[in-house]
Amino acid sequence: MNRINKKLKEDKKLLSIYFTAGYPDINDTVGIIESLEKNGVDMIEIGLPFSDPLADGPTIQASSTKALKNGMTTEVLFDQLKDVRKTVSIPLLIMGYFNPILQYGVEAFCKKCAEVGIDGLIIPDLPVDVYNEQYKSIFERHGIINVFLITPQTSEERIRFIDSISKGFIYMVSSASVTGSNSGFGDVQTDYFERIYQMKLKNPQVIGFGISDYKSFSQATQYAKGAIIGSAFVKHLTTKGSDDTQHFISSLLQPQE
Amino acid sequence: MTYNINNKGYYGEFGGAYIPEMLYPNVEELRQNYLKVMAEPEFQEEFNALLKDYVGRPSPLYFAKRLSVKYNTKIYLKREDLNHTGAHKINNTVGQILMAKRLGKNRIIAETGAGQHGVATATVCALMGLECIVYMGEIDIARQAPNVARMKMLGATVIPALSGSRTLKDATNEAIRDWINNPVDTHYIIGSVVGPHPYPDMVARFQAIVSEEIQWQLKEKEGTTKPDYVVACVGGGSNAAGAFYHFLEDTEVKLIAVEAAGKGVHSGESAATSILGKEGIIHGSKTLLMQTPDGQITEPYSISAGLDYPGVGPMHAHLYKSGRAEFVAITDDDAMTAGLELCKMEGIIPAIESSHALAVFEHKKFKSSDIVVVSLSGRGDKDLETYIQHFGL
Repeated sequence: MNRINKKLKEDKKLLSIYFTAGYPDINDTVGIIESLEKNGVDMIEIGLPFSDPLADGPTIQASSTKALKNGMTTEVLFDQLKDVRKTVSIPLLIMGYFNPILQYGVEAFCKKCAEVGIDGLIIPDLPVDVYNEQYKSIFERHGIINVFLITPQTSEERIRFIDSISKGFIYMVSSASVTGSNSGFGDVQTDYFERIYQMKLKNPQVIGFGISDYKSFSQATQYAKGAIIGSAFVKHLTTKGSDDTQHFISSLLQPQE
Repeated sequence: MTYNINNKGYYGEFGGAYIPEMLYPNVEELRQNYLKVMAEPEFQEEFNALLKDYVGRPSPLYFAKRLSVKYNTKIYLKREDLNHTGAHKINNTVGQILMAKRLGKNRIIAETGAGQHGVATATVCALMGLECIVYMGEIDIARQAPNVARMKMLGATVIPALSGSRTLKDATNEAIRDWINNPVDTHYIIGSVVGPHPYPDMVARFQAIVSEEIQWQLKEKEGTTKPDYVVACVGGGSNAAGAFYHFLEDTEVKLIAVEAAGKGVHSGESAATSILGKEGIIHGSKTLLMQTPDGQITEPYSISAGLDYPGVGPMHAHLYKSGRAEFVAITDDDAMTAGLELCKMEGIIPAIESSHALAVFEHKKFKSSDIVVVSLSGRGDKDLETYIQHFGL
């Protein structure tokens, strides 16, 4: 069984962290993954940086630009990850835009993911229908789970369809926004969380976008199996560097004074 | 083979809608409605009335006598430069603002490079009394001050794009992010035949008036609806799409797309996307784009801000790959020389974008009996500073 599915069966709310590979320094990738696991993170999205990240706000844009300047490429990332499964056992996903994956070759990319122990992919600009018609069999052949997004504007019919083709979890974008927008959820979001919860989908949901602290994490996980924190952690890396993940993670799991 | 779009939104293998789920409802709403709306008689009537009385159409098809003598061929110029706001861009913005109103949108966003599309968008928003936000790269804002002032006078808010290279590509990214953040009340007026389906097709249809007019105007002047050649410059490709549109399936009419070679196709400072580009995804469309082997989008260069785009519309990628259109790359220097020649020989100051198309006559020999229609996509007022610097005027 894929590590993602196994993790989703655990009887707990899942904390998932996103960070950009090769940021702040090119060789920080594996160290950050190891320290996130050590400090209790359940799942990690490793960002493959892209020059034009359409769905990302300023924080992740800046980290992507820096990572590319640092020399991060698809090849370098796979090389950094080649021994990661000797030390890390939680599910690992790569989150990236489609063009770099297309240039690497979708088949070659999935094969390499399987080799190094990547369990799933999140590709925001790979549309559901294109995946279904052209790439599904490749992903399945290599045992890679493709995670789809839904948003507050996604119709019920489309959510049902996405649920029917999903094999791991559904990535619920919390609000109509790019990454890194204001945290704290109002009635609009909680109504949406409640609506999705009531749909009783077959795949668990993990909420992302706009989650940055204990409060928003707890709110989101009242309705969903887990939550993803990205920009807030990248900001932490920017100000505190890669050596101090413990403090950041514990602040998410316990209420702060 | 067809050179038009198929029912899945592709030109051959190019096109589609490679968009994040956040944009799906907006793009899908447009996809489901654009053909229906455009076919409505009231829409047609309103669109045509505005093109006539507001834009000033039909634009003349002018026989360039002295230029024709010099190059020993029959040269006609399609005078899009005489349109209101000075370029073909307004054809599309008039169409899209009417579309936005039909879809009940009250907030308009747009991207702009040199500012021509931004001005054309701000103009129609003023006309319709709609809020207008234009994203423009910080670097472009600095080098295109008059157009920034025009947009502001027309009531638009100009927001600098501070990310990436701070030019057109990044302005487009920012506009797309704005649309993600405002999924209900906002329509995004894309300025070229780029972006996710249905944009390339919708913009091409709004620009198709150009080739429609060429057909009947040429009939009046030459007794035929078919030129031997249609020549147009290509950045994203909207003026070429308009000039080619009604000739796409008629292979007796040869199409020439002129790209900006910048300082030379292989100089490292070029925007010749068809030659330098490789298949990939940019701004929601599968097309040819300039990129690193690793799939990072690279920065193009051209003296002309309107051709300074690392991708090309999917229609043009298909025209290139299928061989339907001949692609020619013209350097900065050759374009500037051709632009100045038009000033001296015909009394017309062309936009530098259009000067690239005019440079085809030094590049390629035509027969004396050939009828060659060149899309003069814009006027050169905005480029005076560049002309002055280039020629030390």
